[in-house]
This record gives sequence, structure tokens and C-alpha cells, in this order.
Amino acid sequence: MIKQWLLTIIIFGPMLGAAFIMTFRGKQDRIAYLSRWLALITSSLVFLISLLILVFFEPDSANFQLVQKINWIPSLSSSYHVGVDGISIWFIMMSTLLTPICILASWEAIQKRVREYMVAFLVLESMIVGMFCALDILLFYIFFEALLIPIFLIIGVWGGVHRVYAAFKFFLYTLVGSVLMLLAIISMYCYTGTTNLLTLMQTRFLPEMQTWLWLAFFFSFAVKVPMWPLHTWLPDAHVEAPTAGSVILAGILLKIGGYGFLRFSIPIFPDASADFTPVVYALSVISVIYTSLVALVQEDMKKMIAYSSVAHMGFVTVGIFTMNIIGVDGSILYMLSHGIVSSALFLCVGAIYDRMHTRAIKFYGGIAKNMPRYAIIFMLFMLASIGLPGTSAFIGELLILTGAFQVNTWIAAFIASGLILGAAYMLHLYRRVVFGKLENEKLNTILDLSPREIAIFTPLIILVFCMGIYPSIFTDMMSASVESLITNYKAALDENAIINLTAR
Amino acid sequence: MDLASTFSIITPASPEIFLVISALTLLMAGLFMSTNSLKIISYSTIIILLLTAILVIQSENTLAFQGLFISDNFARFIKIIIILGAVFSILISFEHLKRSENNLFEYPLLILFTTLGMMLMTSANDLILLYMSVELQSIALYVIATIQRNTLKSTEAGLKYFVLGALSSGILLYGCSIIYGFTGTTSFNGIATFLSTNRSTSPGLIIGLIFLISGLAFKVSIAPFHMWTPDVYEGVPTPVTALFALAPKVAALALFLRVMIDPFRDLLISWQPIIAFLSIVSVLIGGLAAIMQTNIKRLMAYSSIAHMGYSLIGLASGNETGVTSVLMYLTTYTFTIIGTFSGILCMRRNDSPVENISDLTGLSDTHPIMALALMIFMLSMSGIPPLAGFFGKWFIFMSAIDADLYLLAAIGILSTVISAFYYLRIIKIMYFEEAIEPLDAIIDKKSQLALCGSAMIIVFFFLFIKPIHNTAMSSSIIGI
Repeated sequence: MIKQWLLTIIIFGPMLGAAFIMTFRGKQDRIAYLSRWLALITSSLVFLISLLILVFFEPDSANFQLVQKINWIPSLSSSYHVGVDGISIWFIMMSTLLTPICILASWEAIQKRVREYMVAFLVLESMIVGMFCALDILLFYIFFEALLIPIFLIIGVWGGVHRVYAAFKFFLYTLVGSVLMLLAIISMYCYTGTTNLLTLMQTRFLPEMQTWLWLAFFFSFAVKVPMWPLHTWLPDAHVEAPTAGSVILAGILLKIGGYGFLRFSIPIFPDASADFTPVVYALSVISVIYTSLVALVQEDMKKMIAYSSVAHMGFVTVGIFTMNIIGVDGSILYMLSHGIVSSALFLCVGAIYDRMHTRAIKFYGGIAKNMPRYAIIFMLFMLASIGLPGTSAFIGELLILTGAFQVNTWIAAFIASGLILGAAYMLHLYRRVVFGKLENEKLNTILDLSPREIAIFTPLIILVFCMGIYPSIFTDMMSASVESLITNYKAALDENAIINLTAR
Repeated sequence: MDLASTFSIITPASPEIFLVISALTLLMAGLFMSTNSLKIISYSTIIILLLTAILVIQSENTLAFQGLFISDNFARFIKIIIILGAVFSILISFEHLKRSENNLFEYPLLILFTTLGMMLMTSANDLILLYMSVELQSIALYVIATIQRNTLKSTEAGLKYFVLGALSSGILLYGCSIIYGFTGTTSFNGIATFLSTNRSTSPGLIIGLIFLISGLAFKVSIAPFHMWTPDVYEGVPTPVTALFALAPKVAALALFLRVMIDPFRDLLISWQPIIAFLSIVSVLIGGLAAIMQTNIKRLMAYSSIAHMGYSLIGLASGNETGVTSVLMYLTTYTFTIIGTFSGILCMRRNDSPVENISDLTGLSDTHPIMALALMIFMLSMSGIPPLAGFFGKWFIFMSAIDADLYLLAAIGILSTVISAFYYLRIIKIMYFEEAIEPLDAIIDKKSQLALCGSAMIIVFFFLFIKPIHNTAMSSSIIGI
């Protein structure tokens, strides 16, 4: 019973909290105070409940677990169908972990319309978790696109100076991609007569149809990843969003693309995926090298980290399309690691932004003197972002490079150069902000991290080391699902080869 | 002919007969009543419409008046939407009429007459009834458009509407006569039989059909026959705009569907490209022209052109799936329009109505609930899930893909992104900007109720898709 309803509780729990917050009446201050606490309590409770997923999850099985299925539109044979497998489990955990962190990070930074802000975040959490759990493609699409609304508001209402431009760009970019996916979903429905993901995974679409459907899905996910040349919304959105918005964007939203490739593109369209692999490689290599170079010259801290995210996601897409267990394992790990590390980096930027209200690199310098604790934490995440051995990113990078090397040495060589560039820009950023002489007089009074901020960083630090030193905790959970993904993919291709051979 | 058989002939039309008798009685009563007649008459019209709705639900699938009049599931579905639209427009115009100095008890009655025309339009099974019902509906609407006879804007809009409406009626009639000339019959069943027996169709018949399509496109305000819509929407008082945006469009679209799918089904190959072209032009013009608008009523006019364009995509598929999708789309459209126009009616400053989009600046600060509801409508119209509008779009594009109209579907779905831009702009104005001069507090409880009610329906639409879709599917077979 609890097993069946667990995911539903996690999906709709935050929404329930949001509905409760909406009912508050009274003075502005009091509403703000209550909203903050209730949002924190709701999201923390949801996180604690979501730990039960780990308890109930059986790592040896590649099937979907904790499944719940309720009939919804029988005439379309669509249902409310949710479940987790090894691929989605860690994304769900990360979403439920990052939301309370985001709420804590906005505790003092957000002063206007606190209630609406908290509601937006809780609704966003619901949508994200729902999207990762959905096993019905219509349901997936609904969550996938509905989460644009809260993000649009978070950027637009609580963002920086150019927030309107950034919010529109973000929304419209994603919408173009996702309506094409909608068309593909409708075509798939018309072809099979169902929107059930499990049935669709077993359907072999005609090769020509696969090409078009794959392209539609790819377009949508490539915007989300984001992949060069569709990445231009990301720097704007990141720069303008409030700190917590950036954290959610980097931590979870960028993972939707990778998750989508693993969940939809590869299992449903294996032939097209194989055909388009070179295209993905090429775009990923450009993403890695080009955006790393762009990141080198940024003068805005957030923008630099945003570009570094694009570069890192280039690694992920290469890893996914290597189509071997090492590569795919690596890219999932790398996505998780990036979710933690770049979230933490955005929080680091947010911490000094809250104090000085500027993100210009020039403004800072020598803050290690007044903020020693901050300097240590920032260094830790900076090094983790570079991929220092012992931190989470190292494992992911190593696995991806190993996987890529088995497929194509050139690709491996190209993306490896991204590591060097990554080290260059991150060290450059760190040196300019933290080290050097303290020249700006305004920085003399800057305060070190408060206990609240340290509480935010602590779980992230633990996770970074945990993933870096003992990654099997994570890979064990997903190995069965990844193996079955690769096996099915290979089987589909082999079958196709046999068909082609007999046709000759 | 004895009384009993006469009675059995007219029973299928009992809702319409009931409506016309009560409307005439009320008209008479209104003349003799004292100055305070508006309130009584308004409430009586609402009761009459609700009774008519009950009669509509209970009516059976039959032909009446020698096949002139048809009562089928399809007609019933549309009639319920029309009555809903009429009840809504009477409810929201109440406050407005009370404020205007002249005691216009005719207004609710005119709505009854136009409703009668629309109900006959959905039941027309003959070119004669088609034309008569369109005229009945239009003439009542011409008067309604000029109801505020002492303002320049309203009379101008009314005149424009009348001239262009008369022109389109002429085109419609011309099309009907050509079709009659080439088929020798005005009955829909007769035309269908003629087309199925005569394989080779003469170009004259196609020309007649094109005239008919143009005339109907005028009434539905499909581009390139849409020119009157923005001006009329802007000029007439807002409650009248709300009426125009909903019921007449639904009725005209229903007539359009019936004419195309029932008698001219065998000519699908001839009219499908025309309809597809009209829908592409409508969604593009509706989307692009709305971007530059500053008046929210003009914006809604262009938005309705785009919405009608999407509905035509369902018609272009030319099968039952297409009809179902149009019915689903119209259902979602109804609630969005009801909600949006209630919102526009609530826009008042210093006790007089305002209608610029910029007047909504910072609405989320001053009127949080109204802003939230309007945001829901805007997102629903741009087709963002899980709101009702998304499901409307889903079914429309499903029917297009089902009929292999891939290009049409692709253009249509990309133009939803264009439309999303201007809907988002309204959200931006309400949420991202600070209020300069706030609107008045909402005093009209009826509009507020309609606003919140339809917002709830749109948000929770996904819970009711199953019954609504089943009803729409059973109503999608046109004819008996």
C-alpha cells in the first residue's frame, strides 16, 4: 500500500504544501514568515519521505518499481502511471534534496512576495519529480511543460535587471522545442494507439518515422541540455535568475535533456539514435570546446559558471551516446555530480552577491582575508568542478572518457581538452575573486558565512566526497537498468542488421 | 392533417419553439412593465435558457419539418455550449446595463432571439434553413452591437458589423443558389445523395461551395475574412464583446462543420486544401497581428481568429476524429473566453471601464486572485499543460496527424509559440511590473464568480476529460 502510493505522495506533497501556503491570511510579515517555514518543512518532509524510495528500491531489478497506475483517459489509453528505475531514482533524490536547499538559500535573499515565491518553488518541485516518475508519455509531457510556468515566474518576478528578456527567451526557446516533441508524441500515439511508455518501448517504429520522431525529441531535449547552438538561453536565464533559481536550473533542469535521451530517444528509437550518434558527438565536441573558450573571457561570475555548465553537459551527451555501460554510467554520475557542484558554485556566487549585490569579477579580489571559511568552501567546489580526483566529477569524467575512448579516440581526445580549459577558467575565476590583494575598500566589512549558509553547503560537501570516494553506492543502484538499456539497444540494432542482411 | 400528427412533426424542435414563445411573451410583458423591468426580465431570460437547455438534453435524434430540421447528438452538444454562452453574457451584462442610463430591457431578449437563431443554425439540414437561421442570428446581433446608441464607437462598430455581415450574407446566399442550381435540391441529404451518385462534379458546384465557405468564414471570422472582428470587438461594450466572442462563433463553426462533413463529404478532396489554407492563414494572422495590440479587446479579437483557425484544423481532417477534436476544442475555448471576459469586465478605474493592456500593470500586487485567474486563462490559451487549452490543442493536432496532414499540424503547432509570446506579455505586465495606478476593487460579484469558477474548471479540466471526451465522441457523428 505505502509502496504503491509513495511516489504519488512525493509528487503531490509539495503541491499540497503550496495550496496550504496560499490560504494564509494576515499581515505581510507574518505571511512571509509562515510561508518560509512551511515551505521548508514541506520540502524537508518530502525529502525524508523520498528516502523511503531508496529503502524500497531493489537494485537488482531493471524493471520499474513502486509503480502506480490509475486509468485516466481510457479513450486515449492514457493513465496516471508512475514508477522509478535505476536511471530516474537519483534524479528524483536530487530534486527532493535541492528544493529545501533552495528554500534555505532564499531565506533572506527574497524579501518581496515571499509567499508566491515559496508556492512557485513547491509547485516546481512537484512538476520535476512528476516528470522523472512519469511512465506515460502524455503525463511526462504535461509535467515537462508545466514546469516552465514556475520557472518563468521565478526568473521574471524575482530576477535581475534584464529578467523579462531572460524569462521570455527561456520560455520561448523551450516551448519551440517542446511543441515539436508534442507533435512527435501525437504521431506516436496515432501509430500505436497508446501513450504508455512501456508499450512504446517495445514498439518498433518504421526507420523513416524514427528519424523524424528522433529529431523532434532531440530538438526538445537539446534545448534543455543545452547543446550548442541552442544554448544561448542558458547564460541569460542563469544571470538573471535569483540564486535559488540558478540552482534549480543548473541542478535539475539541465538534467532533463540527458534524462530524456536515456528514457525516450535511445530505447524508443534505437535505429535513429545509432544513425544520429555522429551528429550528437559533433555538437557535443563543439559545446565542450567552444563554450569553454567563451567561459574564459566572462566578466560575470554567474555567466562563467553558466557557460561551464554547457561545456559539462557536452561531456554528458557524449557519454550517453557512447552506448556502452561505462559511458552511460559515467554520464549519469556526471549529471548528478554536476547537479551538486554547479548548484554549490551558484550558491557560492549567491553568497557574495547577497552581501555586495554585484557579480562582476573585477569588483572582488582578496576576499580570502575576510572570508576564510567561504574561501575554503568555494575552493572545494571549484576543484570539484575541475574534476580533482577524490571529488564526484572526477569519477564521472573518467568513466565518460573511458567509454568514449572505446568508441572513438578522437572524440575522447577533443573532450579531454575541455578538461584543461575547464581548469583554466575555474582557477582563473578563483584566483581573481578570492586571492590577490584586497583592494576594493567596500570588501573590508564583508562578513564570513553564517551558520545558515554553512548548513546549506554541508550536505553538498558530503555528497561531493561521497560520490568521489565511494561511487558504487550510486552506480549499484542504476547498474541493472543501464545494463538492460544497453542490451535492448544492442539487440534492436542487431535485429535490424539481420533484417537488412536478409533483405539483400 | 390532424393535430396529433402536426404535433409529432414539431416536437423535435420543442426547445426552439419554447424559446421563441417565451421570448415573444417576455417582449410583450416588458412593454407593459414599469421602469424596473430589466431585473425581472434578465432573470426570466436566464430561467428560460436553462429550461431550454433541459429540453435540448431530452430531445431525441430525429428529422423534422420534412427533413429541414435535424436534431442529433452533435447539435445537442453545440446547443448546450451556445446556451451556456448566452446565460453567461446575460449574467455579466447585468451590472453594465444597470449603469447605463437607458433602461434596456430589450437587451436580454435580443440575446434570446440570437440564441434561437444559433440553435437553428446548428440544427439546419437544408440550405433554406441555413440561410434563414444565419439571418435571424445576425439581425439580432446587429441590434445588440449598436445597443449603446448614444456612443459613437458603438454605433460605428455596429454599422461596420452590419455592412460586412450583410455582404457575407449575400455571398452565402449566392453560394446557396449556385449549389441549388447545380444539384437541383436544397436539402443536405439530397445534396449528399446527388454527390454520391454523380461521380464527376462540375466546377460550378465547386464555385458555389467556395462562396458558401467564404460566407461561413465571414461569420466565424476566419482570415482573410476577419477584418471586421477587431474593430467590432473594440467598439462594442465589453459584455457584448463577450457575447460575440463565444456563442455566434461556436454556432457558425458548428454550421460550417455540418455543411462540410454532411452534404459535401464526398467533395473532401476539393475542400480540404481550402480549409487547410484558411486555417494556416488564420493562425498566423491571429498570432502575428496580436503581438502589436495595446487594447485587450483587440488582442482577444486576434486571439479568437487564431483559435478559430485551430478549430478549422479539426475540420480539415474531415472525419469523426476531427469533429470530436473541434468539440473538445470548443469546450475548452468556452471556459477560457468566459473567464477572460469576466476578467476584462472587472477592469475598472475611477468607476469607468478601462481596456488597455497596460492598465493591467502590476495587477498581481493589487488584485492577486484576478491576476492569478487571468494568468491561468492566458496560459490555457497558449496551450500550456495541464490546463484545459492544452487538451484542446492535443485533440486538434491529433486529428490532423490522424488524417496525415503533417504540414498543417507542424505550422499550426509552431504558431502556438508565436501566440504564446503575446499571452506571456500579459503575464509579464501583470506579474513582472510594479503597479503605477491600481484598478478599482472588484464590485461585480457575478463577474468575479465567473472569473474564479472558470479558472477552477480550466485548472481541474484534466480530471473531467474522460466524460467530456466520451460525450464529444458520441456527438461527433453528424446526421442520423
